[in-house]
Amino acid sequence: MAKGKDPHMLNYLLRRLALIVPTVIGISICAFAFVRVLPGDPILAMAGQHGVTPERYEILKEQFGYNLPIWQQYFDYLGSVLQGDFGISLATKRPVITEFLTLFPATIELALTAMFLAVIIGIPAGIFAAVKRGSWFDQATMGVALTGYSMPIFWWGLLLIIFFSGYLGWTPVSGRIALTFFLRPITGFMLVDTLLYGNWPAFVSALRHLILPAIVLGTIPLAVIARQTRSAMLEVLGEDYVRTARAKGLSPRRVVNIHALRNALIPVITTIGLQVGLLMGGAILTETIFTWPGVGKWMIDSIFKRDYVVVQSGLLIIALIVMAVNLAVDLLYAFINPRIRVQ
Amino acid sequence: MAPSTEPVATASKPASGLREFWYYFSVNRGAVIGLTVFALLVLMAIFAPLIAPYSPDIQYRDALLKPPIWEAGSDPRFILGTDPVGRDMLSRLIHGARYSLFIGFFVVIGALFVGVILGVLAGYFRGWVDVAIMRVMDIILAFPSLLLALVLVAILGPGLFNAMIAIAIVLQPHFARLVRAAVMAEKNREYVTAAKLSGASHIRLMLITILPNCLGPIIVQATLSFSNAILDAAALGFLGMGAQPPTPEWGTMLATAREFILKAPWVVTFPGLAILITVLAINLIGDGLRDALDPKLKRS
Repeated sequence: MAKGKDPHMLNYLLRRLALIVPTVIGISICAFAFVRVLPGDPILAMAGQHGVTPERYEILKEQFGYNLPIWQQYFDYLGSVLQGDFGISLATKRPVITEFLTLFPATIELALTAMFLAVIIGIPAGIFAAVKRGSWFDQATMGVALTGYSMPIFWWGLLLIIFFSGYLGWTPVSGRIALTFFLRPITGFMLVDTLLYGNWPAFVSALRHLILPAIVLGTIPLAVIARQTRSAMLEVLGEDYVRTARAKGLSPRRVVNIHALRNALIPVITTIGLQVGLLMGGAILTETIFTWPGVGKWMIDSIFKRDYVVVQSGLLIIALIVMAVNLAVDLLYAFINPRIRVQ
Repeated sequence: MAPSTEPVATASKPASGLREFWYYFSVNRGAVIGLTVFALLVLMAIFAPLIAPYSPDIQYRDALLKPPIWEAGSDPRFILGTDPVGRDMLSRLIHGARYSLFIGFFVVIGALFVGVILGVLAGYFRGWVDVAIMRVMDIILAFPSLLLALVLVAILGPGLFNAMIAIAIVLQPHFARLVRAAVMAEKNREYVTAAKLSGASHIRLMLITILPNCLGPIIVQATLSFSNAILDAAALGFLGMGAQPPTPEWGTMLATAREFILKAPWVVTFPGLAILITVLAINLIGDGLRDALDPKLKRS
């Protein structure tokens, strides 16, 4: 594979980027339009319980540009977004992007840990199930995987709380770290920060807070990855070149690890990437159950509080992130699998 | 002679096609178990008022938060115990099956209808029709589905019906994409050209000639969407945006029981278990359907 200077790869990249532009514009229009049709009035929402006088209402309306024609409001919004200004939260009066950046590390830390658990358990389980096809291990693993895949994760979270927090008392019920620890965030990732401070008890506390939410969020990806790995592996194990490798007298372990696994993992990588959108959806539920101060909880709280600015910009930012990750996965896929590019 | 030349479609030879389908489906033990459980759930939903020992809404104020009968302090009248306002859990769970199956069924019908039409149009006409439809689908798919459904429900107003509309909207792009790909694959096959040459109209070509040959993947996707719809509706109910209390919808039951999780675990355990069993049964059926309908896996 000629890396870097491959014309097909560049071509593919340009084509994908060209397709993305209209989608991004569409996403921004949607996020903008959703918020305009939400019931309620943003200025009244901003004013809170005290309300405003009609004169003050008009002034505020002008100040925030709500008196302008709708298309002009959209272009103004788009203009600010392109300059990195996502508006000011109605509830906290802080810039949306600042709030997002404060909360995002919590969601990333949770999502990465969930994905880590899903990958280190899911891939080996899938491989082993495929190699031992039809065995009790295969059947048990696939049974568990299908159950995980069917799991209402908000209930699963509650069950884990009942058992581990209520019955055994091993883990805390909510938050990212015990309130007795007061650390200034460095990276925003609690596990990393506590280590950077060298505060071992704080690290343990952060880990104990993280483990249940990560298990809950990782359950569905784990099930999907295990199932996908198994079926990809089964397909590859039936290929001629694997048979050739076996016929050459290579050890079964070498055939599986070197010959089969490499190709089987290609579709699995795509599957992992496609879980990102799902993880964001799952984060809303997981963060709500465990009162985890991340982006998912922030979004749902803002929807309930009718914080229009946050909902609008939050939707936009999240959709852009999901799109960027999907693009990266596609490119990675094209990079590993030359057949895609040339099409 | 045109449309009768359709090859290998399961629809063209109903009797033997169905038998062949059942042969492959019944090989999968899990699928048969799933189908049995699902059939029982459907019966339970239909005959809920006859099976349930009590009305799902009657509050027995003398029996608040009674545990299931195998635990100490239980009330023999209530097999699975009572909820915080003294309603019989079992009766509420039985009635809840009606909501979940109803949601799954109608959401899939809605998503299927819209998605199939859009997908057929995009795959058949290509060009700007295709570009326009698929870009809109891309936009919908760029939002995490639960988040999009939440915002849509916030716009439409919380409630079961609006939640169903929102879920159908977020699920239909999957049908559109799938159908488009299937139509594009079939469109240039010889039987379609033959039908075109013998003067079949666009509508006839799309719906009668091509679509029946794309049914396999559509059915599998419909099963998947059925379970997703149930899960998403329960999640919306759980977040307070779906069915509203006192509706005995399983997700809503979980939401109202949340504060009692440590004091009365059964009010949380059973509704979730009901969701899990239902979704698992449907996914087992889905796996069986995929094996039975996917010709690649059928190497006898």
